Order: sequence, then structure tokens, then C-alpha cells
Amino acid sequence: MTAVPLDRPATTRRGDSVFKGLATAAAVMILVALAGVGIFLTLEGVPALSAESGALGGKDNIVLYVWPLIYGTLLAAALAILMAAPLSIGLALVISHYAPRRLSKPIGYVIDLLAAVPSVVYGLWGIEFLGPRLGQAYGWLAENLGFLPFFEGPASGSGRTILTAGVVLAVMALPIITAICREIFSQTPVLHQEAALALGATRWEMIRLTVFPYGRSGMISAVMLGMGRALGETMAVAMVLSATGVVTINLISSVNPSTIAANIALGFPEASGIKVNVLIFSGLVLFLITFVVNFLGRLIAGRGQVKEGR
Amino acid sequence: MAKSIDVSDLDIYYGDFKAVEGVNMTIRAKSVTAFIGPSGCGKSTFLRSLNRMHEVIPGARVEGKVVVEGQDLYADHVDPVEVRRQIGMVFQRPNPFPTMSIYENVLAGNRLNARKMKKSEADDIVERSLKGANLWTEVKDRLGRPGMGLSGGQQQRLCIARAIAVQPQVLLMDEPCSALDPISTSAIEDLIHELKSEYTIVIVTHNMQQAARVSDETGFFNLKAAGQPGHLVEFNSTQKMFANPDNDSTEAYISGRFG
Amino acid sequence: MAATDQDVRPVTIPDAPLTRPQLPSWAPVLVAVVALAVAALPVVLLGWSLVAMVVLTVVIFVVALPVWSSSVEGPRKAKDRLASALVWSAFGLAMIPLVTLMWQVISNGVPVLSAEFFTYSMRNIVGEGGGIYHAIIGTVIVTAWAAIISVPIGVMAGVYLIEYGAGSRIARVVTFLVDVMTGIPSIVAGLFAYALFVLFFGPGVRMGIGGAVALSVLMIPIVVRSTEEMLKLVPDELREASYALGVPKWRTITKVVLPTAMAGIVTGVTLAVARVAGETAPLLIIAGDTDSVNFNAFAERMATLPVFIYYSYMQPGIPPEFGQERAWGAALVLIAIVMALNILARFISRRFTPKTGR
Repeated sequence: MTAVPLDRPATTRRGDSVFKGLATAAAVMILVALAGVGIFLTLEGVPALSAESGALGGKDNIVLYVWPLIYGTLLAAALAILMAAPLSIGLALVISHYAPRRLSKPIGYVIDLLAAVPSVVYGLWGIEFLGPRLGQAYGWLAENLGFLPFFEGPASGSGRTILTAGVVLAVMALPIITAICREIFSQTPVLHQEAALALGATRWEMIRLTVFPYGRSGMISAVMLGMGRALGETMAVAMVLSATGVVTINLISSVNPSTIAANIALGFPEASGIKVNVLIFSGLVLFLITFVVNFLGRLIAGRGQVKEGR
Repeated sequence: MAKSIDVSDLDIYYGDFKAVEGVNMTIRAKSVTAFIGPSGCGKSTFLRSLNRMHEVIPGARVEGKVVVEGQDLYADHVDPVEVRRQIGMVFQRPNPFPTMSIYENVLAGNRLNARKMKKSEADDIVERSLKGANLWTEVKDRLGRPGMGLSGGQQQRLCIARAIAVQPQVLLMDEPCSALDPISTSAIEDLIHELKSEYTIVIVTHNMQQAARVSDETGFFNLKAAGQPGHLVEFNSTQKMFANPDNDSTEAYISGRFG
Repeated sequence: MAATDQDVRPVTIPDAPLTRPQLPSWAPVLVAVVALAVAALPVVLLGWSLVAMVVLTVVIFVVALPVWSSSVEGPRKAKDRLASALVWSAFGLAMIPLVTLMWQVISNGVPVLSAEFFTYSMRNIVGEGGGIYHAIIGTVIVTAWAAIISVPIGVMAGVYLIEYGAGSRIARVVTFLVDVMTGIPSIVAGLFAYALFVLFFGPGVRMGIGGAVALSVLMIPIVVRSTEEMLKLVPDELREASYALGVPKWRTITKVVLPTAMAGIVTGVTLAVARVAGETAPLLIIAGDTDSVNFNAFAERMATLPVFIYYSYMQPGIPPEFGQERAWGAALVLIAIVMALNILARFISRRFTPKTGR
């Protein structure tokens, strides 16, 4: 029998290098796209630096224009996280540890449904359902807790305040935080948990001794990612919030700070000329803020993973 | 079509770590050669170097020569893909392709290489390979069913059928029975006996009785010390190995005094 | 508790009882009923609202049960009961938005649905009538284009990360940037698409394909992630089996690895489509809104369901009720589409995932 050549046939080689080239190109494409986001936003945003007060809603320069928006964005996101974080952790515990096994999966699905609802529908819900009902509560708060600067009033009757926006954002961040937390909680080593129970710990003590320490970095990064979502969320805030662009810590009045994203959504369709550049510039600022928050979130999560090491 | 293999001065490295050192042997055509030895002595690594499968692991490389019928597998211009087409391999755990039926699994080697063939030709290959693997009577009525639906022993024989369907010259088996029950094991051993008439078979096994039962020649690998590379201690006919080995440590290992 | 090694004498526990005073199993029910009764008082006497009653019931329950438990079972058990009560209240609280939202959308949306609603656009409609045909078409076209752009890039990038790049510097950078991309606010994606298209078509550009580009920015990271996850699940043994048959790497990937991971990848893509189908902000910026049907993604404005909902509700015209009704109807349709895609994704993953023997 003659020896079969072991040389590489040209077709095989070509197939391999073409396919590898395609895969690499796709990966590089992602680099290019992300660089593109930064570059194009900067290109179109920079002219805003020389914008006159006419294009800046009466403000003298771009910094004075953007600052109240940054404040509003951070305030709304902070309110949202204050509400969403404890709720999500409780919810994740229900799914991972409290609910009977048969129920925990359906509960998980239901929470995922919350993530699937489009933001514009949350906007409708916020205006029609949540706003008016919270409006009544705001009246009560202004009457009874009006001495606190947050609840100074006068209360907004329609309830379309920054606090309501915060509640809507909390509902939207909830499924994200819950999903990550429940994933981490359910990964807690069973041995640790059984060890705690075998020492006579109650369920809550077991959770505090094993689940929380194990999942700490994961929980923090989950909250950061939820925060990222709340910072960038646009439509629900644009619809629910009746914004006037002030800087205030009064959470329940009809005079509210706006957020960057909502301000863009409301202004962009009618904007032209330099106003477009101003809005794009504010978008660039939002991009940087969410970038930093997400970066920190990933960093914390990454560090946690190293520490856990098997 | 079976071919002999000449190995000379073969060293195998993982990165900077030398895993196997200075192996010389001649594997005869149409015979069964078994490798035995303690865990981690490099016998599986050596087996993989015979069809360049070790290159799947990043950083693995080889120095020395492996010559199959006059062709050095590690010469320049030799394509590992082409080498593997001619030297087939069966693994420790049965690994049929889960997306394919029994029929498609047997043809995988041909189909995945985009070889065009007629339906009748394909049917012939499937029947011949499954018969060759002693699986035909068990599966001939359900060729369209998924390969994962078979029992562990049947899956392993399906993998053997898949390997012989491309008509390799050599068949490498890496502990093919270690995941199987005794009955399936004996079926595979019978099969190895039959395949010997057509193929050169090299088998790694942890089971010394198995080596004694199926092989014509046996190589014993060992470590000089922990952390040192593995090496070939003795290579002899199986009969001699198990009755009267040349080397003391071989005798110690085979009689169960260490390892 | 700290028994040392020396301490090997058999320990005789003097009469340590294994039982302890415990609340009966019906205790939580009893407390709940009492809390409800107490909370009902101000509703009857002072005219408080039902919402206040529910809140009060929960508060009384969360306080009363641990207090009772503390006096009978001791503080540790009481804390445990408090934690359980709080955790379950968190669950109840989270259900409120979902239930009320669904109820609102369904009760407001169902009466609007009719054959006309699905088959008419808003062209030349003032006041009553008209429909969402143009918006459905727009959503389908824009989302389809987004999928056409993102699926090849996303899947191939995932293949690169798992099969080729593993451990290399470029792979680490890409992995990190995919994470960053996941966090891009949707409106920023819209601005990016606008800034990109302005270069070619001048200021004020609006077209469907721009929306698709913006949605791709949001979709690609999801597709990459799920592809990566699924490729990781493919056992190396299958790759080895294929290599051992003399199959080149690219054929191994396309014929063995990808088919094995296919169900998972399709599931991920479906979920990604569901996610972007509901996006409003980027489309508001770059696709705009129109009353007419537009089949051409490369010219003119293109209406989509989310943007339609937004404008119908916020600028309903005069009189406002017809526009707002259409907004609810469209919201119901949009939610139905998104939910259907989610259910489809679960179905695909359950039905078609091959067993790989793990």
C-alpha cells in the first residue's frame, strides 16, 4: 500500500483561516463599535461647548445646563436603588431559600416577566396607576412629615414627582438585581449551609452566617448593575416625571429636577441645529456615568470571584 | 491497510514541564499493543502524541520522531488534521455527537469532512462499520434514533464504529472500558480481538488483566520519582511481561506490590 | 461548644430536653387574622382607605408575630420569624406592580382590539378609528434588521472568545467591553446611531435602519454572552472526538460545536429580540414616528409600536381619549409580543437542547 500523503490540503487550510478570520473580525467589530459610540458622541457633542444660552434653555454655559440634569439622574437612581436593593435581596431569598421547591421556579419566571415589560408600558402605568395613588400619599406626607425637607410640599396632586419616577425605576431595576442575587444565593455551597444548620442555627442565622458572606461581592455588583439600568432608563421617567429642571431635595412637589435621559427623549424629536449637539453632549455625560458605575460593578464582581476560588 | 509505528527518542512537554521522556518502541502492524502503568505516568499523553491529539491542549509539544510507514508525523508540512484522518482514536468516555442519529454518528467522519457520497455507499459504510463494531444487530432497526439513547457500552461501540468508518490505519484507544460495566467491557474486548485482523491497535488501560487478555505486546510506563517525567520502563511481548519480565519494577507493578 | 481533642470523655448531658416551647403551627394564621381585624377598625370607624388597611395589616403582622414568638420561643427564633415575615412581605410588595400593571394593560387594552386596529394605519385619521398596522410593520422590520446585524457578529464573537481567543489579551479586552456594552443606556445607543448617520445623510436624519443599528448595539452583547455560555457547556470530549476523526477545526465548530449549542443560542437570540422589541428611546431618536406604512428601512421615518404608544399617549390629539385608547391597545399588543417571545425562548431551550450526557 502506498503511503497516503500527510500534507495539508489547501482547501482545509483556507477553510480554517477564513473561519478564524471571520470570528476574529466579529470580535474586533465589537471593539470598533464601542470605540465608535465614544468617538461619534464626542464628535457631535463637542460643538455644544460653545453653545449660547439660547440653545441651553437660558443657561449661560453647558456646565450649568448639564449639572441639574446630572443631579436629577443621580437622585432618581439613588431613590430607586434605596427601594429596590432590599426588596430584591428579600425576593431573591424567597426564590433561593424560602419558597418551597415547587414554587420557586414559577416565582422566578414571574419576576423575569417584570423584566420583559417594555419601559414605555411602565410609563403608562406610572402615569395612570401609580402617580394618582402616590399623589394621595404625598398629600398625607406633606401634612404630617412636612418638617422634613424631603416632604416639604406642596404635594403634587398628579403624583408625577421625582419620587414616583424613583419608584418606577425601582420596579424596573428589581428584576435585574433579583436575578443576579438569586443566582449567587443558590450557589452558596450546600456544605456550608448544612454545617450552619448542624450547629443549631435557625434559617435566618444560617443565611446570615453562610449565604450573605458568600454572596457579598455578588450582591454589591448586582446593585451596581441595577443602578446602571436606573441611571440610563429613559422613557418611563420621561413620561412619569413632570420636570422643571430645578435642583431640589423636595421629593414630592410638582417642581422636579429632570434626568439626562428623559431630557434627551423629550427634547430630541423637536431639536435642531446646536440644540442637537447639546443633547448629544449630555448623552455623552450619561454614557460616562453609566460606564463608571458598570465598571465598578464588574470590578467588584470580578474581585469576588478571585476570592472565592475553589 | 494496517501500518506499523516507529517511535524514536520522543519527549513530550506541557509548556516547560517535561511529561514524557525518551520513548523508543516499534508498534507492529495488525497487533494489539497495550500500555500499562500508574496514573500520571504519561501513557495517555504518549498515546495522544501518536495522532497529534495532544496538540489540542495549549502549550503541548513534542520532540523526537514518530514514523508511520516511512512518514514522520512531526515533519514540516504535515497537517495534524490529515494525521488524525489516518490514525483514529476512541476515548475514555463514550462521546457520540448528541445532535446526530446513530446513522449520522457513524458517518460523521465522512460527512464532517464534506465527502460527497451516494446513499447506497453511505448505507454500506454504516452497515459495515456497525457490523465491524458488533453493534449492527442491536441497532439496525433504529438507525435514525439519537446516539445518546444507547447504553454506555453501546455508545462506546458506536464510537468505535465511527472511528473505523473512515478506515484508519491505526486505532488508538484511551482506556476505552474504564467507564463501562463488566459485561460491556467484555463485549469491547471481544471486539478488539476481531479488529486486530484489520487494524493496528494501541490501547491504554489501567486494568492489567485486560492488558493480559487483549494485547500481544505490552509497554510499561512509570515515573522515576514524583515530579519527574514518565518514561518507558519495559516493552516486551505480553506473555513475557506477565510471566517473566526483564525489569524488577515491572514485576513489582504487575504483581501488585506497588502502583 | 468548643470541644477540644483532649476532651474525649463521654459527655453525659444532664437531662437536656430536646423539646422547647414552640408556637403552634397555626400561630402565623392567627396573628394574620387578628392583624387584619385590628386594621379593619380604622377603615370602618375613621374611613381609611383599603390600601392603608393592607399596609397596617402587614405592619401589625410583622411586629406582633416576632413579639409573641420572643416571649414564648426566645429571641433567636423571634428573629428568624421576623426575617421570614419581612422576606415574604418583600415578595408581596414586588407582586403589586406586576399585577396592577397587567390588570391595567389588559382592562384598558382589550376593548380597543378589533380587526380594524390591526389592519389600518393612522394615515389621515383624526379622532376615532385607525390602527397600528404601520407600527407593527415597523417594529418587525427594525427588529429583523437588528437581528440580521447582531446575530452573525454576536455569535461569531462568542465563537472567537471560546474557541480561538481563550486567554489571549484581545479576548480579555473584548470580554470586558462586552460587559461595558451591556450597560450602555438605550438612549445613548440611539444618539450613537444618530451621530453616525448624520455623517452620511446630514442633520435631522430619520430612518428605520438607524433604529436597527441602535438596537444592535443593545443586542450584540446579549447574543455574545449567551453564545459564550452555551459554547462553554459543550463538552471538550465532543471537540476531541471530531478532531480524532480528522475533521479540521472550522468544520468541528460549524458541524459539531455550534449544532450542539444551537438550542441555547437560539434561546438567547430570542430573548435578545424580546428585549429590543420593546425599546423606545433609541427609536424615538433615530427612527422617528409617522402615520403611514413604510416598508423601506433605508428611507424616511418609520413608526414602531413603542414609539407609537409614546406619542399616542403623550400627544393624543383632540379629543384625547381616542389616542390614549390606541396607546393602551398597542401596549397590550406589544406586551403580548414580548411575552410570546419569552415563552418561545423557554420552549426552544426545553424542547431542543440535546442531552450531552452530563
